[in-house]
Order: sequence, then structure tokens, then C-alpha cells
Amino acid sequence: MAKKRVTSPRRGKKKAVSKAKSGRSRSLAVKRASSQRRPKRAPAKPVSDPLDAFVGAAARALELPIDPAWKPAVKASLETTLKLGATFADFPLPDDAEPAPVFTA
Amino acid sequence: METTWAHASEIAATVADGRTTASAVTNAALARIDELDGVLNAFTAVLGERALAKAQSIDAARDAGRPLGPLAGVPFAVKNLFDVAGLATLAGSKINRTRPPATRDATLVTRLEAAGAVLVGALNMGEYAYDFTGENFHDGPSRNPHDITRMTGGSSGGSGGAVAGGLVPIALGSDTNGSIRVPSSFCGTFGLKPTYGRLSRAHTFPFVASFDHLGPFARSARDLALAYDAMQGADPDDPVLSDRPVEPATPLIDRGTHGLHIALAGGYFRTGLAPEAETALARVAAALGVERKIEVPEAARARAAAYIITASEGAALHLERLRKQARDFDPAVRDRLIAGAMIPAALVAKAQKFRRWYRAQVLALFTEVDAILAPATPCVAPLIGQQTFSLGGREVQLRPNVGIYTQPISFIGLPVVAVPVPLKPLPVAVQIIAAPWREDVALRIAHALEAAGVVASGKPVVHAGKKAARK
Repeated sequence: MAKKRVTSPRRGKKKAVSKAKSGRSRSLAVKRASSQRRPKRAPAKPVSDPLDAFVGAAARALELPIDPAWKPAVKASLETTLKLGATFADFPLPDDAEPAPVFTA
Repeated sequence: METTWAHASEIAATVADGRTTASAVTNAALARIDELDGVLNAFTAVLGERALAKAQSIDAARDAGRPLGPLAGVPFAVKNLFDVAGLATLAGSKINRTRPPATRDATLVTRLEAAGAVLVGALNMGEYAYDFTGENFHDGPSRNPHDITRMTGGSSGGSGGAVAGGLVPIALGSDTNGSIRVPSSFCGTFGLKPTYGRLSRAHTFPFVASFDHLGPFARSARDLALAYDAMQGADPDDPVLSDRPVEPATPLIDRGTHGLHIALAGGYFRTGLAPEAETALARVAAALGVERKIEVPEAARARAAAYIITASEGAALHLERLRKQARDFDPAVRDRLIAGAMIPAALVAKAQKFRRWYRAQVLALFTEVDAILAPATPCVAPLIGQQTFSLGGREVQLRPNVGIYTQPISFIGLPVVAVPVPLKPLPVAVQIIAAPWREDVALRIAHALEAAGVVASGKPVVHAGKKAARK
């Protein structure tokens, strides 16, 4: 799964905008495409979610065997966790802020 | 004397003065468990032989004129993450069933027995304490004595059910993010989550080292205080335990609320409440004459940081089991633990730094007030198996959101007494939150509310009937 090409949402958006703006006829667009000798494109694949790829990669790296049936729940849980994490991740704290647990030697 | 609904303080008094015996009380408790546990599913082990031997030793001590402890003859039971000699410490899991039996009791079990209490069994719980429902995948759900189609709350579900159902007057549970306070709310019991580091966690199965607390459930504030006092004290087996001296709360419990400054938590703690929880909070506030509102700063972020630390530390604890025995977990626990193993370390480090910042902000509030009132749960007990509930008009997942009002408090280890408001048909609790090490303040307020008839453990009607299906 990690080898899958990931289409970023930003790139996809740009493409959609340029198509919408073009206003060119279909024939012109086809002519331009053929003149640039682009390879014929395969039917569009569903855009893969970076978090899917992350879950797969992390599971392999951590040697956690995940049944494919579990993946949606794992991903949903991680998604919730990261969303909650984002609520304090950029909370301004000074560089010298100490973490809560204090080890006593 | 009918003891199945008696308070622990009453039982100890009647055993001490000879109106009944510890053996009679223990036999009554065992009979009640035998009668009702098929329905309530609160117990995973009943220790009849051990309990009767202990009870007989108390009766013999009385006959010999030896002094009895403050909990003489009081039956109690413990969440099955406490070590009990001779039992494997399940912590609600299937995996731990292959562990060898514990060779000794947890420190808190030893202390309650030293005070004369009688251990009668081990209690059902959510797997590895990662749970707010009381539904155990392997042992079946513990059932709410007020309505057996409803959940007890968790993860100390059996503890809440056993006390609310009149099977025992005192039970012990653990509270990492709300696992004493949520079942206290759903089952209508009193629950005490002491200050972090106040009671020994030695010889219990952990969950999240940063937040794990142990504490009692009871049907009165005085019983909470009696159990709490009996369990205080140094323990070299728990490196997290504070070295503060024992500070008994029972002698202070009758002092009333005069002179105490109490405020109602606003903002975060007032969003999303179901009408019953709103009513309960309003009743308690009115009874105490509380008008002042106080903002607990950044409570939402505190809850989020607690969530991240929980998932991460929980995953770290279980990583090897997830690698080798993932299929033996409750799927709802397994999937969250696997996700927890994938949390970036930077987030966890930030959460721990935020925790210290937040602690300082909240401690500053306690220079102005002695206690803060907040809801314990957003709603009354949901149905067993329910997956979502309405939070402020929005349908949200139940498991991650039932503890939204408890998590920001245990995050910084503050002591809390959950007091049950006996609404019909289902109770719901309010949290009385005090400054660190001031359990006595929260217990005083709880006792005053109880004396005023505002909070109480309502007696449920549980029909023995036929046994509920176990998984």
C-alpha cells in the first residue's frame, strides 16, 4: 500500500479548476493532449487516503499484525485521536515548559 | 437485622455491639449475590469459603474481647484488576486468564481486611479498563440494577452494579479517566476518586500510569470516608504513592459546608448536558446555595490531551500482546490500542507539557474556592449495546464521549466525590471536585447533601427472575 501513488487533494483541486476555466472544446483539448504524446490514461482510481497508507506502514514498522477487517476501525480511532491532538498541538507553551511527570532519582 | 441494604457504618456498628455477627452478614451477602448476580452479572468470582473464614475470625475476635476494626464484618468486593490471592488477575481480559493465580492480595484489599472488612469476590469490568460502558466482551455486560437493559457504565461496571444492587455495601474500582465516576453516575452510587498518589496501586493491573487511581464505591458518603481512611498509608511497593501522612476524613465529615466556598463549573462543563444531568446539577447547586460560576480554563484541550496520553500509554502497555494475541482482545479495545501505538511521540510529549500548564491554571482556581461542582456524565445510563448518544443535540459516539466531564479532572489528579441524585427512573451523579489532598472537603460536602436528602443511593427493584444471557 505504501507504494501506491497518493494524489494530494491540493493537486486534484488545481486540476479541476483548470479544466473548469479552460472553456475549450473537447476536440481542442484532445488534439493538445495527443500532440504532447501523453500516454493514454487508465480509468481514474479512487484517491487513496494518506491515513490508510500511514496505518499500513505503521503497522508493518511496529510489527503489528492487522486483519484487513480491523483497518477501518483502527483508522477511525487514529483519526479521532489526531483530531483531538490537533486541538492542543499548537497551543503556545514556552520551550522550557516541563512535562507533568517528574522523575525523582 | 436486614443487612443487604445497610450502610457499612451500620453493619460495623451492629457487629461490634453484638446485634449481629460477621458470619451472618457474610452469609446474607453471599445469598444476595447468589440470588441476583445471574441478572446483574457483577461478579466474576465469588469467594464464599474465604469470606466465611474471615467472618468467623472476626466473630472469634469479638468473642475474645479483642478490638474490632472500623469495618468489622462489612462485605466488600473488588474490580478484577486487583490481585486476589488464588485468582488470576483478569483485568477484564481473556488473555490474562492464563496468568498464574496471584500469590498475594493487592495492598488495598489487605488494608480493608485489616480494618475488619470481608472480601466476598472479584467484579466484572471493561477489558483492561479501556471502557466507559461496563460491557465486557468475554464475561458479558454488567447490568444496571435500576434497569437491567441499561449499562452500568465502566470500566468499573461490576463495582457500580454490585453496590447499587445491594450485593455489597462497599466495592473498589479504578479510575483512569472516569471509571469510578461514570458507573457511580449511571448506577446511582457514591464514588471517590482520591488525589493521584493518595492510595496505593500496588499489586493491581495497570492501564495508564499517568492517570491510574483506585478508590471506593459505597451507598453513603460516610462509608466512602471509612473505606478511604482504612486504605490510606505508605506503601513501598507503589513508587507513585505520596509520602504525605495519613489524613483521616471520617472525623471531619460532619462539619457541614459552613465556611466553604463552592462554585459551579461553567463553559465546557455546561455544554451538551441532557435535561436529567442539568436537573441534577441544579438541585445540588441550589441545595448548597451555589451561585458563583467558575471557568476551568482550556478544559476541552485538557480532555483531548488526556485522550492522547491514555491511548499512547495504554498501547505501550499492551504492545507485545497486540503483536502476539491481537485476536484475543475485545475488538473495541484492540482497535483503539493499535491506533494508540501509532500516535506521534511529539503529540504525547506536548500533552504532558500541556498537562503541567493546565494544572497550574486549575490550582489557581482553588485559591478562590474550596470545591467546584460539575456534571459526572452528560446523560443517564444508556441502553446496553448503544453505540451513540445525543450530546448537545449532536449524535456522537458513546464510548469516547461519556467521559468528557470526568477526563479533564483526573488528567491532573484532583480528588472527586461523585454524588448520586436519585432522579426517576434513573439516577445521575454530580462531581464535587476539591483541591489536591482535600478529599475531606469533597466528602464533607457530599455528606451534607446526603443529610439534606438531595443525594442518595436509591434502592432499585431488582427481580431475581431468570438469568440474563451471558456472552
